[in-house]
Amino acid sequence: MAQNKWEVVVVGGGPAGLSAAIEAAKSGCRTLVVDANETAGGQLFKQIHKFFGSSAHRAGVRGIDIGGELLAECEKQGVEVWLNSVAIGLFKEKTVAVERGFDNGAKSVVVLEADRIVLASGASENAVRFRGWTLPGVMGAGAAQTMINVNRVLPGKNVLMIGSGNVGLIVSYQLMQAGADVKALVEAAPKIGGYAVHASKIARAGVPIHTGHTVLEARGDRRVEEADICAVDEKWQPLLETKKTLAVDTVTIAAGLKPLVELAMMHDCQMMFHPVLGGWAPLHDAKMETTSPGIYVAGDISGVEEANTALEEGKLAGISAAESLGKIGEADADRIRSEIWGRLDGLRLGPHGVMRMQAKSEQIDHYKSAQSA
Amino acid sequence: MSVENEGYLTIEELKAAGQYPSGARFQEGPVAVIECVQEIPCNPCETACRFGAIRVGEPITNLPKADEGKCTGCGLCVARCPGLAIFIVDKTYGEGLGAVSFPYEYFPLPSEGDEVTAVDRAGRGVCAGTVVKILAPESFDRTPVVTVAVPVGKAEDVRGIERAGQAGGQS
Amino acid sequence: MENRVENHVVLGMEPPQNLVEITVDGKPVRAREGEKILAALLAQGIIVNRYTVKRGEPRGLFCGIGQCTDCAMVVDGKPNVRTCMTPVRAGMVIETQHGLGRRANGTE
Repeated sequence: MAQNKWEVVVVGGGPAGLSAAIEAAKSGCRTLVVDANETAGGQLFKQIHKFFGSSAHRAGVRGIDIGGELLAECEKQGVEVWLNSVAIGLFKEKTVAVERGFDNGAKSVVVLEADRIVLASGASENAVRFRGWTLPGVMGAGAAQTMINVNRVLPGKNVLMIGSGNVGLIVSYQLMQAGADVKALVEAAPKIGGYAVHASKIARAGVPIHTGHTVLEARGDRRVEEADICAVDEKWQPLLETKKTLAVDTVTIAAGLKPLVELAMMHDCQMMFHPVLGGWAPLHDAKMETTSPGIYVAGDISGVEEANTALEEGKLAGISAAESLGKIGEADADRIRSEIWGRLDGLRLGPHGVMRMQAKSEQIDHYKSAQSA
Repeated sequence: MSVENEGYLTIEELKAAGQYPSGARFQEGPVAVIECVQEIPCNPCETACRFGAIRVGEPITNLPKADEGKCTGCGLCVARCPGLAIFIVDKTYGEGLGAVSFPYEYFPLPSEGDEVTAVDRAGRGVCAGTVVKILAPESFDRTPVVTVAVPVGKAEDVRGIERAGQAGGQS
Repeated sequence: MENRVENHVVLGMEPPQNLVEITVDGKPVRAREGEKILAALLAQGIIVNRYTVKRGEPRGLFCGIGQCTDCAMVVDGKPNVRTCMTPVRAGMVIETQHGLGRRANGTE
């Protein structure tokens, strides 16, 4: 069953998974990408803004366009992509159980044998719980972004955004680009979490940004009709006397992401909790290999960062998997990896990046101590 | 800093970051004002400038430094900045008039000649303005650049216009 | 008017779509063939997809990428279909799900 034996199986076809698959296939590995969605590309196709980074490496290019380039490159390199297919199990013998979807809607479970596995399953949005948070009209910021930029429908017209990280700031901007109004953005912390330039874009578009504020309640008859916000004190407790009611039909939550690590845990990959990286994530070395030999991670599963770091981590994983299968020499692999690490280090500088740089190096240090133990 | 709490910069913050053009340079004609004061990993502005007027260097988290002597105010950097943080300010546009060019990624676009409400960095309407130019060549990659003429005294404050359909502007 | 993003500064005009009819809680609804069921309903302002088992509370779009199941509905008699992941086909019969949903053959 040639269909069920692969040199490299990549779980997740987002920026990390696709770039891992491209590098592995380029080096001559028979490579399969398994993706749960109808289209690969992960969240790139809702990233309609121009990315930061170095102009030598696609900075200034919009995420949607990077997604298109990656899919074209996968095809060129002969990467096989199974869509509507969910990896549902990962077992000791490096076998992957996949519920494979077919174009006609049929599904069947297959067990794949893989010489190397790259887990690039991404992350999921965190929720914030407040009174009324389950009402229709309260949703993840990423969900709203999917609706407007991928499905091209507006989930609502008047939005309250919770959270001032880059997701909250960018999705606020994109909601306005799609024709909605963002009535306010609240952030419980005393300072804005994301990049100032993203905040400035929405500030000059008239969005009031309230730092030191939180959402108290969303109300309405079977859907959000209004929401209360108020200031918080230095212990994060709401100051009810500052309560204000906003007429909104949508509340979007941008409270960070957490790595989707179930498959790695199934395989007993050793994990580490790091708040900067979104919670539990598998330990890995500088080649992105986990404590389970032959299992690699890349992108948000290895700690939540950004699409441009995911692209670079995917390349590290793909090249290292190919090297371990003897498809590429150690010297070449080392040279390419050191170039990638140079770029990753560059992306992890500045006041926002340096914490991630520190967290990622702790991950690698813990990997080393786990291996020597 | 206002930028960390409310999300918009003040001129004082910009001046403190050492990025603000001199008064003398403003009197010479259009000049780029780079409103990027956080060290983020980004450098497309550096290669966007044909005159070598913007320097980021290594590491790419350096703040962009504009050489106001080399800057011609051509505006090529405006649409290239992923943060939409570069503006062209021309305080010599006309009798009592200044012009401000800014990235404007919203539909519908205004038309030349439209009378609009010009807004400052905080989104507050500060004066009436006239749209005098809209550029959206393919090389701008879907980031149109709009130029609005405003009273010269407002040119350092105006950073955009009210959107069609924006609350306060319309329905 | 539908809640559609028809023209967009970055995404451009929506490409031409094949319009089909589906039935939602007994009423005909126009949808784009192949779009997600959830999107077709949101475009019409239909925001409640299901009511919960115990308290009968309304639920709608929450994650949009097939993880949370809040948008589950009964589709062609089959309950618990994630409408954010399932494409529209002509003639689909879609019902708001109450509780665990009732299969077409009457079993829970």
